[in-house]
Amino acid sequence: MTAMTETKRKFEVWDIITWGFLALFVLFLVYPMYGILRQSVFAADGSFTLEQFNKFFSTPYYSSTIINSFEVTIAVTAVTLLLGIPFAYFYSFYQLRGGKFLFVVSILCCMSAPFIGAYSWIMLLGRNGVITVFFRDVFGIRLPSIYGFGGILMVQALKFFPLVFVYMNGAFKSIDNTLLEASENMGCTGVNRFFSVIMQLSMPTILAASLLVFMRAFADFGTPLLIGEGYRTFPVEIYNQYLGEVGTNHNFAAAISVIAIVVTAAVFFVQKWATMKYNFSISALHPVQKRKMKGIGGALMYLFCYGLTALAFLPQLYIVYLSFRNCDGAVFKPGYSLVNYQYAMRRLLVRSINNTLIFGVVSLALIILFAILIAYLVVRRPRPLNNLIDTLSMLPYIMPGSIIGIALVIAFGSQPLALTGTMTIMVLALVIRRMPYTIRSATATLQGIPISTEEASISLGAGKLKTFLTVTTPMMANGILSGAVLSWVAIVTELSSAIILYNNRTITLTMSTYAAISRGNDGLACAFATILTALTTVSLILYLAISKSEDDIKL
Amino acid sequence: MSNSASRRDRPEVVINIHDAVKKYGGNTVISGLSLHINGGEFFTLLGPSGCGKTTLLRMIAGFNTIEGGDFFFNDTRINDLDPAKRNIGMVFQNYAIFPHMNVRKNVEFGLKNRNFERSKIHDQADRFLKLMQIDQLADRMPAQLSGGQQQRVALARALCIEPQVLLMDEPLSNLDAKLRVEMRTAIKEIQNHVGITTVYVTHDQEEAMAVSDRIAVMNAGVIQHVGTPKNIYQRPANVFVATFIGRSNMMEGTLRVEAGRAVVELPTGYQAVFNNVLPEELKGQKVKVCVRPEELLLENGDEGLKAVVDDCVFLGLNTHYFIHLISGEKVEVIQESTIDSIIEPGTEVRLRLNTDKANLFCEDGSRNLLAGVKNDAQDVPATAQGGVRLSAAGLASLS
Repeated sequence: MTAMTETKRKFEVWDIITWGFLALFVLFLVYPMYGILRQSVFAADGSFTLEQFNKFFSTPYYSSTIINSFEVTIAVTAVTLLLGIPFAYFYSFYQLRGGKFLFVVSILCCMSAPFIGAYSWIMLLGRNGVITVFFRDVFGIRLPSIYGFGGILMVQALKFFPLVFVYMNGAFKSIDNTLLEASENMGCTGVNRFFSVIMQLSMPTILAASLLVFMRAFADFGTPLLIGEGYRTFPVEIYNQYLGEVGTNHNFAAAISVIAIVVTAAVFFVQKWATMKYNFSISALHPVQKRKMKGIGGALMYLFCYGLTALAFLPQLYIVYLSFRNCDGAVFKPGYSLVNYQYAMRRLLVRSINNTLIFGVVSLALIILFAILIAYLVVRRPRPLNNLIDTLSMLPYIMPGSIIGIALVIAFGSQPLALTGTMTIMVLALVIRRMPYTIRSATATLQGIPISTEEASISLGAGKLKTFLTVTTPMMANGILSGAVLSWVAIVTELSSAIILYNNRTITLTMSTYAAISRGNDGLACAFATILTALTTVSLILYLAISKSEDDIKL
Repeated sequence: MSNSASRRDRPEVVINIHDAVKKYGGNTVISGLSLHINGGEFFTLLGPSGCGKTTLLRMIAGFNTIEGGDFFFNDTRINDLDPAKRNIGMVFQNYAIFPHMNVRKNVEFGLKNRNFERSKIHDQADRFLKLMQIDQLADRMPAQLSGGQQQRVALARALCIEPQVLLMDEPLSNLDAKLRVEMRTAIKEIQNHVGITTVYVTHDQEEAMAVSDRIAVMNAGVIQHVGTPKNIYQRPANVFVATFIGRSNMMEGTLRVEAGRAVVELPTGYQAVFNNVLPEELKGQKVKVCVRPEELLLENGDEGLKAVVDDCVFLGLNTHYFIHLISGEKVEVIQESTIDSIIEPGTEVRLRLNTDKANLFCEDGSRNLLAGVKNDAQDVPATAQGGVRLSAAGLASLS
């Protein structure tokens, strides 16, 4: 009975905002997407052709990338579930000493820059990695190669399992203890209860986490680029076709992009369809009491949780260690100094940090502003046009970052709207990339706020605008803040769209790190990576210190 | 207590509604509803969920659009007046306390939005915090308050702006039973003290009886009966009102006129004389006899309806008997508990009607045939249920 159904509607400010967003979305989202589609089917002379698609599917060299991407992404998703679900179960159902610490560290792992994990593993287990060299020289054993499928799987699984962990943690927390007692009462305990009750209750969350991991892993560009080598995946192929050193083909890159979007969209809809079968929501009135760990089982749980976290995080600490080692080009030498940092100062360190911070602050401000306004339009003014805005705003969710980068270059590479090489286009890409996540959390927050609070404000004499500013927005603040900090970290570590759009003036910390890695300046790369890691760590710790509980974290 | 919170210096506002129409899309949920609410009156809209009572309240508040008809506060037509300018105090079902402001800021919020003298805001808020006995909670945040305390904040906030009209939408439904009784007494006292025209929505008939000067019983978007709690209980306008307010035993009967007297023949052949039938209804017709459980008397003699006791429940003050007539109808009887042993199940008894209190309705239940019905409803429904005006889809959209 609370829905504001209106037959004769008066014109209001929100109508202008609706049209404003439509215009923005058409210009910066639909138009660039159309650009990619156009480039994929029109040859240079303007004639319509499906030759690029034909080339992709008929040449195993190219079509194998789609199979490779699928293979490795599905494997990654499965492994993250296998790692993340038990981790979350132990964390939520048992008194795990140092649990908070493990939580923060695992978040740090998944929020690190996309390629730092791959890079550190190469430094450890690569051809000249310390462990490889140690085994070869001391034992004469040749360790298996880290490059290819196995390497991508290991690096991505260790990077993304915390996503599953955080999601499942939320799901387990919302399971009411009485449900577990009831199942025990009916003779369902132990492993049986875990699979037939706990997992079933968590199914919507498992599906949501799977989708998130799939999308992230599928679109991940940094990891396969560094560690994939002969195992070629989609995003790398798009990048090579667009910006590679030999034989670029923009039309072909566009065609692969279109195929990639179709694939991710299909996965997205399959997940939505699967989720519909689990149309229930749970909330715990009686939270589960954490049990004590005992005996060998307890020891194994500790070993699993700490071992996994260490495996995911220690390689990154190794990079920090290396950054203080003496280094000459690609060769680390004995002794410690700040020589790598001094070198970094001469290599645009200050500009990189400045750009990173400026892009981050501006993008984040825009994202928060847009998310609040769009959430309000969608939740409080449910009209066809606003639903269209909602749908459009979710488009970037299914678009890998490198494709967004390419789309923006195609759309704004020439007059009348030449933006390439400017700060504007960098900010634009960041806003487009992160906005869907913040809009989701803002919308969910607003849906949880009863409209009567705003009506109370209006009946107490506050106008619509004043109510929005002094009542609606502050009430949404908590929900938005939790999403915003993580958006901030994601923006700071953005690689896939930035690699296509950046230049010397708009270089960021992530891009500086990547540039150093690709030039083989390992000492320099470690210094940049360490500063980047420090920045994300400080952001996250600040956030955790401010926020009341770690349960608010939304990824 | 200061003057500004008392009833003397406040002009009382009369609410008049003429032919109100509410549509949700193509569904008409209220059509042609008219209502007159006196100044300073505690007026309650009572009905089952989905009957349109909250819809009507929100039309008065300005949160629902009005598709037809006129709404007046005294002589001012408010149909097109912005909700912020209607000078209404509203209390919501979930209290709608601003969670990011402390109690004082919540109460002062409305004052700051009006042309209220800045220097007096603090004192005005204090006055109403004291009136609601929450002055010691002024610096608390809403999350630290109990449900009852939040309700008091909501009421203080609504009254603080000295509105023309106070609207309350099921304000007690989120409280536990004991607190509900306590708060409804408090609400009634405050309303008496402030003397503000109040429209109150509830589906709880006991609550409505406890607080209201007058009650409008609504069903399916139509007002069935407007009257004092006493009148609505004792002389309900139709069968819907009789069954919705309190409990009623309903029996089929036949009215005959014998020597100018109304004689009603009941199921077992028992005959009762009604002395208060309206003159125009004094004719042979089938009737519905509505007897409340306390209006049936258990007798030992040969007079009355023959019946057998099925079960009895001792509730302290009263004892409830579940009985079936030998013609098959089941009835419920309430007697004051006596010191003697209660009547055992299986016992054959005789039931007599208190014909001064029992009600007679025409066969379709749409009219009370007795004198003494005082119905201020300005749109007398066509049928008892009034359902003809409302499609099933319309009902669905209400809930």
